[in-house]
Amino acid sequence: MNEEIIIAGFGGQGVLSMGKILAYSGIMRNLEVSWMPSYGPEMRGGTANVTVILSEERISSPIINIFDSAIILNQQSLDKFERKVRPGGLLLYDTNGITRHPERTDIDIYQVEAAAESARIDNLRVFNMIVLGAYLKLKDFLKLEHVIEGLEKSLPPRYHHLIEANADALKIGMNIVKPYSAELAK
Amino acid sequence: MGELKLMKGNEAVAEAAIRAGVDAYFGYPITPQSEVMEYLAAEQPHKRTGMVLLQAESEIAAINMVYGAASTGKKAMTSSSSPGISLKMEGISYLAGAELPCVVVNVVRGGPGLGTIQPSQADYFQATKGGGHGDYHMLVLAPASVQEMSDFVKLGFDLAFKYRNPVMILSDGVIGQMMEKVELFDPIPRCTEFNEEWMLTGKTADREKRVVTSLDLDSAKMEKHNLDLVAKYKKMQENEVRYEEFQVEDAEYLFVAYGCSARICQKTVKIAREMGHKVGLLRPITLYPYPSKRLNELADRLKGILSVELNSGQMIEDVKLAVNGKTKVEHYGRMGGMIHSPEQVLCAFEEFLLK
Repeated sequence: MNEEIIIAGFGGQGVLSMGKILAYSGIMRNLEVSWMPSYGPEMRGGTANVTVILSEERISSPIINIFDSAIILNQQSLDKFERKVRPGGLLLYDTNGITRHPERTDIDIYQVEAAAESARIDNLRVFNMIVLGAYLKLKDFLKLEHVIEGLEKSLPPRYHHLIEANADALKIGMNIVKPYSAELAK
Repeated sequence: MGELKLMKGNEAVAEAAIRAGVDAYFGYPITPQSEVMEYLAAEQPHKRTGMVLLQAESEIAAINMVYGAASTGKKAMTSSSSPGISLKMEGISYLAGAELPCVVVNVVRGGPGLGTIQPSQADYFQATKGGGHGDYHMLVLAPASVQEMSDFVKLGFDLAFKYRNPVMILSDGVIGQMMEKVELFDPIPRCTEFNEEWMLTGKTADREKRVVTSLDLDSAKMEKHNLDLVAKYKKMQENEVRYEEFQVEDAEYLFVAYGCSARICQKTVKIAREMGHKVGLLRPITLYPYPSKRLNELADRLKGILSVELNSGQMIEDVKLAVNGKTKVEHYGRMGGMIHSPEQVLCAFEEFLLK
């Protein structure tokens, strides 16, 4: 398998750390991984994105222009990356703050209301894990256990007491993800 | 198997420095390589190995601290990004003139001047053709993965001491900032014996004094020194050329690319092969000495070469010298911090070589 993912949203939403946990989870499955962030001034309050590649083979280019999956957390990122998902690929997005929904009919589109859900359970910090949980539900090459192992590996021991809350958030994401059809929405 | 970690290229350089038994790192922060010193500061290497970590008052101070430490036989290194490396150039020329070993890491960003903080490969000329003044060369290693960022620190010091010459690790913002799996090598203890005849260890009554300098006012002696350096560079050319080939066996066309561009071209090779084009990739690992001989051999059967680098066409001069007119050589590259995608390289290949 070879999965090329873009995760994009606002700086501060946990985009880069979600990518890092995804990469660590890939390592737990003995996959090759690469994590390439956008870096620089655009990260301060602006948009942040990270390209994560998980593969059974040695990874060639960490810089890619067309993605198998896009995980989108704000309108700017949706506008920028919707057209960069390969036909047949996956677009997963949080509807919070979205005024123009995806329009493509040649890709699989799913919604996860992670911002609303994290507010409902009064734990905004697990927002990105709810999104990641939704992604896990849609892809079968990674299991929940791999992500939890990845968290154990990537977090210093003093934060290990938070893993349970993160695991719960992942499960919430798995439960609330739902399909969206641009065709039906018209 | 060594310890497996997910690290940024810059962090891998820092961890490798501690593991390679480096005695001292002198630096000054600059994007996109600041994680080197940040990682070292967090790791507190003085507690792990006794290694000195010092943030100098400027890049110029840092490289001259390297000069001082290196002249006593210690393993000393520094790192920076393009504008900071320009500041270090005088010191590097002096280190080369005084034949001192050290490792300098350049995580290249766009230029000229302050340029931009995004990735670039526009410092090829500076790294391989001088940069500082006088007839000298650094041995230049070009990592294309986080793994090589780690491995080349160790290799760099081996080569620096073998040839008593500065070694540059010419990286870029992509390789410095990206995270990949890296297998860390087992730590080497810091060296405690400094008995080579050039090392300044404090004169004792039973030996002659030693002088480390790049100055000689006697022209005849200076020319002899230059000839010795030339002989040393020739030895490097004979023994240290490193490169990697990717699907070259049956290739009709060849990409030549190093660092992040080599990674991008690997993907282009894959796409082009699916379309039926017989394309391969030669990745120089040493940029000085350059794999000229191998390129010259390959040129006999190639229909064309595309030199791909994030600049306006620098390495292409070495490709052309190596090929010596045997086949067509073209350049493609984005600049100013923009990065070419595998598909853009494919378009350039179709436009420059197939048409």
